[in-house]
Amino acid sequence: MNDLLGSGFLAPGWGWYVAILTVLSLLACLWILRANSTKKAATGEVKLHGQNEWDGLREYDNPLPKWWSNLFYITVIFAFAYLLLYPGLIVTNGLLGWSTASLYRDEVKEMKAETDPIFDAYSKQDVKTVSADKGALKIGARLFQTYCVQCHGTDMRGSKGFPNLVDNDWLYPGTPEGIKTTILEGRNGMMPAFASVLKPDQITDAAQYVLSLSGRSTAPDAVGRGEVTFKQICSACHGLDGKGNVALGAPNLTDSIWLYGGSLATIVETLNKGRQGQMPAQKDTLGEARVHLLAAYVYAQSQEQAQSQPQSNRKP
Amino acid sequence: MKFTHDTIERKTGLLIALVIFVVSIGGLVEIVPLFFQKNLIEPVAGLKPYDPLRLVGRDIYVREGCYNCHSQMIRPFRAETERYGPYSVAGEFVYDRPFQWGSKRTGPDLARVGGRYSDEWHRLHLDNPRAVVPDSNMPRYDFLDRPITGPEVSRRMKVLKMLGHPYTDEEIANAGATIKDKTELDALVAYLQGLGIQIKASKGQS
Repeated sequence: MNDLLGSGFLAPGWGWYVAILTVLSLLACLWILRANSTKKAATGEVKLHGQNEWDGLREYDNPLPKWWSNLFYITVIFAFAYLLLYPGLIVTNGLLGWSTASLYRDEVKEMKAETDPIFDAYSKQDVKTVSADKGALKIGARLFQTYCVQCHGTDMRGSKGFPNLVDNDWLYPGTPEGIKTTILEGRNGMMPAFASVLKPDQITDAAQYVLSLSGRSTAPDAVGRGEVTFKQICSACHGLDGKGNVALGAPNLTDSIWLYGGSLATIVETLNKGRQGQMPAQKDTLGEARVHLLAAYVYAQSQEQAQSQPQSNRKP
Repeated sequence: MKFTHDTIERKTGLLIALVIFVVSIGGLVEIVPLFFQKNLIEPVAGLKPYDPLRLVGRDIYVREGCYNCHSQMIRPFRAETERYGPYSVAGEFVYDRPFQWGSKRTGPDLARVGGRYSDEWHRLHLDNPRAVVPDSNMPRYDFLDRPITGPEVSRRMKVLKMLGHPYTDEEIANAGATIKDKTELDALVAYLQGLGIQIKASKGQS
């Protein structure tokens, strides 16, 4: 991957094209400096510039002060020195071997030397052990605040469609390893749309039955009809008892925790249009070592906060 | 004729010609070779020209001036690659006319935003950024949920084909059908979800 920032021309001649033009123009600078410099006139003699005379005034042709003309020579010398040390001529990499890519590599290497041992030490322990380590949790908190808050919120309580991570209710396994898998590989939650499969009545009835699962239905007739639909269709993922299935990411419908909202209208909408929940895989983005720490942090937080408040305060 | 500044400054035509000559050397050395440099003109592995929906989305990105607040250029600094992913390389932008590198980050860089969030997140976020990021100061783009308008996408693709984007005639002919019934929001989300996904951090960049 060395050539990502390097050269690599279609034809090798382009390097020489650049090098020759560059060196020639530097030499041309030198020649112009020499060709246009004048010698100091001998004492008593007056050297005039050109033949023109303006209202009786004529221009002296004295040489530039030495320090001044030398500045010009110094710029040319600087240019040659620069091209010798840095890869400006393309045909050579320069004596220093410098490149923007190497600059970046060195920066990363330096940091890795510092952080890798820390990450490695944690990676060797299982997630649960790491979740009890204060230092690891500090790192995990930083990582969470950088990469996860856009969806799950700074308080880890998520928002509509984005799961609350600290209510001790899990769509997918809430075990330390389960959380790690979720972050590493991502998850695709898929609630199919039933608008084209079920009649509107059947959908409202099923929604009433879903409400009844958390003891909130007000229409016993509809619940009875909805139960039939639920047992036939919905139970495939949500289970006959409506308690969901973490292997499929099917939510528990009997509690008061709702990912998209638990009102009748929202449940009907969910049934009609379906829902697509997606947790993007972080393996490529963050790498396993970081995910390991994140999983530990999320697990620790979920345990800690679930203990301090056993009932979720999320409104249905 | 002596080739001194005394001679040159007396002949205006010669002066102009020489000035043009001298200035053009800079361009000949610094610009011309770039058109023949592989990593600048060849797409990175896996990069395809924008499909019709993403092409429309890109035009909406440009129309709404997203580049005013979002860059699409991750520089080769560790601080940037930690947050955004591998640094950007020229080969990722060969199908961008013009590129959307931008120069200002009021919001985060978007060069590798593809796949970072779910489609649903983007929809909610464009509709009202505060819905998912409470302290965001990004404006709402709730009006994007409307049919795609503007010139036929197949015409845009024809022009790009003239400029060398490898679209097949079949792709151009079917372009209109593939974006039928899509909204501007769909197009923009599709565009964002494809940004920078060819280069992955896990493959290393060293």
